[in-house]
Amino acid sequence: MTQATAQPELTPPSVRDERVGRGSTLARLFARPEMGALTGAIVIYIFFFAIAPPFRSASSFSTVLYFSSTYGLMATPIALLMIGGEFDLSAGVAVTTSALTASLFSYEFTLNMWVGVMVALVVSLAVGFLNGWIVIRTGIPSFLVTLGTFFMLQGLNLALTQTITNQVASPDISSLQGFSSAQKVFASSFTIGGVNFKISIIYWIVFVLIATWILLRTNIGNWIFSVGGSAPSARAVGVPVAKMKIGLFMAVGLMAWFAGMNVLFQFNTIQSGQGVGNEFVYIIAAVVGGCLLTGGYGSAVGAAIGAFIFGMTNQGIVLAGWNPDWFTFFEGALLLGAILLNTFIRRRAEAAK
Amino acid sequence: MSRSRNKALAAALIAIFAVVLAACSSTGGKKATEQASAPSAGKANTPHYTIAMITHAQPGDTFWDIIRAGASAAAAKDNITLKYSNNDDPTQQATLIQDAINSKVSGIAVTDPDPQAICPTIKKAVAAGIPVVMFNAGVSNWQQCGGMEYFGQDESIAGLAAGKRLAAAGAKHVLCVLQAQGQVQLEARCAGVKQGLGSEGTMTKLYVNGTDNSAMLSSMSSKLTQDKSIDAVITLGAPVALVAIQAIQQASSQAKLYTFDTNAAEIAKIKSGAVQWAVDQQPYLQGYESVDSLWLYLTNGNVLGGGQTVLTGPAFIDASNVAKVAQYAERGTR
Repeated sequence: MTQATAQPELTPPSVRDERVGRGSTLARLFARPEMGALTGAIVIYIFFFAIAPPFRSASSFSTVLYFSSTYGLMATPIALLMIGGEFDLSAGVAVTTSALTASLFSYEFTLNMWVGVMVALVVSLAVGFLNGWIVIRTGIPSFLVTLGTFFMLQGLNLALTQTITNQVASPDISSLQGFSSAQKVFASSFTIGGVNFKISIIYWIVFVLIATWILLRTNIGNWIFSVGGSAPSARAVGVPVAKMKIGLFMAVGLMAWFAGMNVLFQFNTIQSGQGVGNEFVYIIAAVVGGCLLTGGYGSAVGAAIGAFIFGMTNQGIVLAGWNPDWFTFFEGALLLGAILLNTFIRRRAEAAK
Repeated sequence: MSRSRNKALAAALIAIFAVVLAACSSTGGKKATEQASAPSAGKANTPHYTIAMITHAQPGDTFWDIIRAGASAAAAKDNITLKYSNNDDPTQQATLIQDAINSKVSGIAVTDPDPQAICPTIKKAVAAGIPVVMFNAGVSNWQQCGGMEYFGQDESIAGLAAGKRLAAAGAKHVLCVLQAQGQVQLEARCAGVKQGLGSEGTMTKLYVNGTDNSAMLSSMSSKLTQDKSIDAVITLGAPVALVAIQAIQQASSQAKLYTFDTNAAEIAKIKSGAVQWAVDQQPYLQGYESVDSLWLYLTNGNVLGGGQTVLTGPAFIDASNVAKVAQYAERGTR
């Protein structure tokens, strides 16, 4: 005979099961890729604020922002490319190529400046396409392919400038029609509260916002992460890997054009040897900002913070009046410290999840 | 339809072509620039020689365009083929000199910004029987290196003259901007400026990256913001001076700008008053004489200078004499 036994009431345990919990807001915040970089930036800012009185003034800050923006404009697409799993070592000289193309084309044919600007855009996009296409077609690591295009562009910059103008710097283009309007667009400055700010800072922030929106809110952003995380898996689920990678390289080309125009209209003449070495600063800014060298992880905001850290370190040392012979030593030490802090915070945040 | 697509493509190309043609600029550009060529003077009937010129030129430094213009003019006149090469890394420059020795050139014209690295290779060239003429950098010990002649400016003397003139102009705190580290002639200039100032003022050095305009602008601007007592900025190259104009503006500094060496754009700035004066070492003359003196040695055994430096400067270009120099500067020979 069965006896109906009263089933004990099943009540949920009073302690929340952490496997389905959301985790504290702070832990989630610190797990974001850019938080380590932000912490590093705050530490370095406080450091220089304390030891360098001129660092505190608004006009110094404007100089730091300008210096950071000249690297930040390129660090943003390089970060996107690194999240997508590729490197571009030709980015530094690509900026100079773009500026030289615009300047020499308009000058030699005595055309309106804007024609040169458009031709430079086409050339920069073509260089980006070439980089991406060679990487896709041959399967050679992008590090090596872009190393080759880096040397080629460096040589072309020097050789073509010398052949066309018989000089090592581009000629004075300030008397060409369209120069003043182009200068207003690409390299003007504005005053806030008596302090002069250059417009490249605004453009830098706008491009970072656009890149962040693309990464976090669009399909393309998902595809970038998946292509960088594992290209075969991405291809298996239907992501157009080849088009994505070529598109990322062309995005680097597009920003190289913009950065080139900014430099051209700021300084009027371009030295043909400029830009060598900058490609490593862009990669450093992206890595300090949380991008992994292996791809699939990172953020555009992080790269912007990385460029800002580089700018603060570089200019802060000058403003602090430190011995200039020790300059590069301190720069390297501070950058290493920033990267270590970044890694430490990310590991702590991931362990706490 | 491929036909309509071809038509659309053709229409687009025609439109672009029309826009480009219509977009000619009525001001500026190459058409507006007078293409006056450097002085030329016929051609000698002496045998053909090959001369290698190896310098420490930083990529993009317009100073070396003027040296090359002089060297090319002399080479054209003397029936010489000029092989020009440069590298701002001293060990790589030494390798370029070795390449010239291996190519068995008739003569070598070389600069020596780093005697430790470059002198040994110059001695090898002399030992191989190739005459070597030195110019522009390395004035203190070119005789020990084995050079036959030296054309240039004693940078210490030039710095001293500049410093004295700065003191006379009332400068109390001078910022000396060096566009490269580890080059003896740049260091000698700043040291000379300090000596010339004497007790009248102090000198501070600032090292900037001469190949990166944005970095130079930011570094100079930051320094001028950091130290408001700077009332004079002296740069050691024309491209640096041009960026310094912007930096002084950006830092809202009252400092006056002076410089060593010139180019066409900078001469215009002296005319407009943005740069007070420039110390000119006549780079065209240095390049020209290096090649021409080798030709004289190869064809007639002549040696210029008597074992002493043949000085090409310093000369000051300021508002009083800039008009005369400007016409030569515009064609790239001053």
